Amino acid sequence: MSDSRKDAGLPPAAGPTTRRRFSRQTWINLGLQLCALVLAFLFTSVILLVAGAPPWQAYAEIAKGAAESLTDVSNVLVAWVPLLLAAAGVLVTFAAGLWNIGVEGQIVLGAVLTTLVLRLLQDTTLHPALIIVLAMIAGIVGGALWAALAGVLKTFGGVNEIFGGLGLNFVATALALWLIFGPWKRPGIGSMSGTEPFPDDLGLPTVGGLRLSLWSLGLGIVAVIVVYILLERTHVGLRLKAVGRNKRAAFLLGVPTWQYGMLAFVVCGALAGLAGGIQVTGVYHRLIPSISSGYGFLGLMIGMLILYRAVWVAPVALFFAALNIGSIQLPIVLKLDSTLSGVLQGALVLFVLLVEGARQRYLRRARVAASSGPGAPPPVSDVGPGAPADIPGEAL
Amino acid sequence: MTGPEIVIGLAGVLTTASPIVVATIGETFAERAGVINLSVNGTILLSAMGSFVVALSTGSLVLGFLAGALIGAVVALIVAFGSITLRQSQVAIGFVLTLFCRDLAYFLGNPFMGEKGPILSVRPIPLLKDIPILGTMFFKQDIMTYFSFVLILAAWWWIFRTRPGLTLRAVGERPEAAFARGARVNLIRCLYTALGGALVGLAGPMFSLGVKAGWKGTISGLDGLGWIVLAIVIFGAWNPVRAALGAYLFGLLQWLSVVLQPSLPGIPSQVLQVAPFPLMILTLLLVNIGNAEWVERVLAALPERPRSVAARIFRALRVVQPSSLGVPFERD
Repeated sequence: MSDSRKDAGLPPAAGPTTRRRFSRQTWINLGLQLCALVLAFLFTSVILLVAGAPPWQAYAEIAKGAAESLTDVSNVLVAWVPLLLAAAGVLVTFAAGLWNIGVEGQIVLGAVLTTLVLRLLQDTTLHPALIIVLAMIAGIVGGALWAALAGVLKTFGGVNEIFGGLGLNFVATALALWLIFGPWKRPGIGSMSGTEPFPDDLGLPTVGGLRLSLWSLGLGIVAVIVVYILLERTHVGLRLKAVGRNKRAAFLLGVPTWQYGMLAFVVCGALAGLAGGIQVTGVYHRLIPSISSGYGFLGLMIGMLILYRAVWVAPVALFFAALNIGSIQLPIVLKLDSTLSGVLQGALVLFVLLVEGARQRYLRRARVAASSGPGAPPPVSDVGPGAPADIPGEAL
Repeated sequence: MTGPEIVIGLAGVLTTASPIVVATIGETFAERAGVINLSVNGTILLSAMGSFVVALSTGSLVLGFLAGALIGAVVALIVAFGSITLRQSQVAIGFVLTLFCRDLAYFLGNPFMGEKGPILSVRPIPLLKDIPILGTMFFKQDIMTYFSFVLILAAWWWIFRTRPGLTLRAVGERPEAAFARGARVNLIRCLYTALGGALVGLAGPMFSLGVKAGWKGTISGLDGLGWIVLAIVIFGAWNPVRAALGAYLFGLLQWLSVVLQPSLPGIPSQVLQVAPFPLMILTLLLVNIGNAEWVERVLAALPERPRSVAARIFRALRVVQPSSLGVPFERD
């Protein structure tokens, strides 16, 4: 982005949001984001009215579906884990100025490699816990490799990561489908229900009679904390952000730019691959065609919704997970399609982006007015957190 | 396969590729002006659904197509407003819209799934239809396919042979220079983004009221085509004629995969269904790799003869995007 603001130099040592006092400005920003939330709900209500459904009842059903019973809450947490991992992962690539749309395929590849290792080792005498660990590591490697492929295509082939990643998503899904209907098909006939389930001792231990595993929950939370520390408290994170904000300036300052880009891809792919591994070992206990369930794209949406600030990953991902789980029963109770959650999530992100744009525009105007009038107060410095730059000169 | 069968098959390729052609040219307009409208995939789904519902409830194909174009233009204007007026990332807005429009299409289209709506009919052109081979291929089509033929030539003429077209190119390449010469850069960008969006929106009804008649929700087979459109724009080097060739090539490959599948039993159907996507990556690799630094270094190390051959191939394939594509214009 040929923005003079960003050409001026590297971003400050810590994210602008972490050290600033809770000032009036922060309250205003929070209020504006609440405005975006209200607008998104209003918009979705209009859509619901168009579809002939009472909005209030639809929202009540979603809330009920997400929190009525302990099982519902546990299901929300089960969906929270892959969202945490995907969102934390894409924050790393966002920081480096990359659009890792391939995160969806990276989850699938993680699941495929986890399944592969489980299949290879399930009849051996190895301890089940060891097999699970090995399988999850394979998943991490699978996701990282798939992401590295998108990175190589971008770095050495000039294929923009949006198209490379997207194409690889379709390839990964096809691979999973082919395995499920071909070499790994159930005895008899392959079906959309997936591969033959693994024995119980090859799954992550769950709490009580629920589907929730504390292990996967722990992994998800640790991943978010690690990514937060990486981005906000380390030199590596600082350099990553420098590459993302202004590639040329970072290069001139001695940061190996494409290596950092690859690093971001690999870290994100590893987290996505772990998510895939958890979906196999902790949730489905087999490989199913829609193993990624759109969590990768939702992770990207969360990254944009929180305007690329790692502290907000956990609560927003929880909200998204609740919407997803809550809307599952909509077709039964209200005869509405469950994509309503996607409509609401999309409207939220869209309105947050637009409100943020309006805020920045207002600040720009205020600054111009302030610098032109005599004796005016000093210009407002807050220009909002940096979004990944759309780097000019790179083929899209 | 006999001769006449091949001719009819090729005529079918021209028909099935026509929505892709129209959408690709629409996106080419927007990107020529410097705006990437990444929402194509969602826009096509939403306009396919919306126009199908409009045509179904009014019984009018014309209203259906108008609704499709309107939906496309509105979505494109959101991209333009967000990126030009509010200076948010074009990629972010477009990506959100592409997912949002898709879910909206599935949500609102749910009650209309599987209903039987009106379909475009074939309108052979008198006299011309009797020309051997060419008559069957080009002059026994529906109105929108004729429209796509005309659009290819008109868009090429507009972009490369008219004064407004020159301004359009200048706005995408050197907005400062265009501005200095009196062009209202951001207004022009908005207009071409809306025009491009309207054309992308027309692709929706061209599917749901023509090539893939009806609305079948997630199994409509339209999800993913929008991304192919975006890739073909690059393959087409932002030139309507080359882009149309890319779209026809894509249509041809799809047809071949259907025709040849019985004779290739070893390849499972899942592989053939996603074949366009690795192909898309490969194509982008081919047209972009000539720009890579390491390729130049490798070429320099080669002996004279193979080097000149390789360099010529890369140069012929290579595409260079409008230099201000995706870069906001600020009047400082």
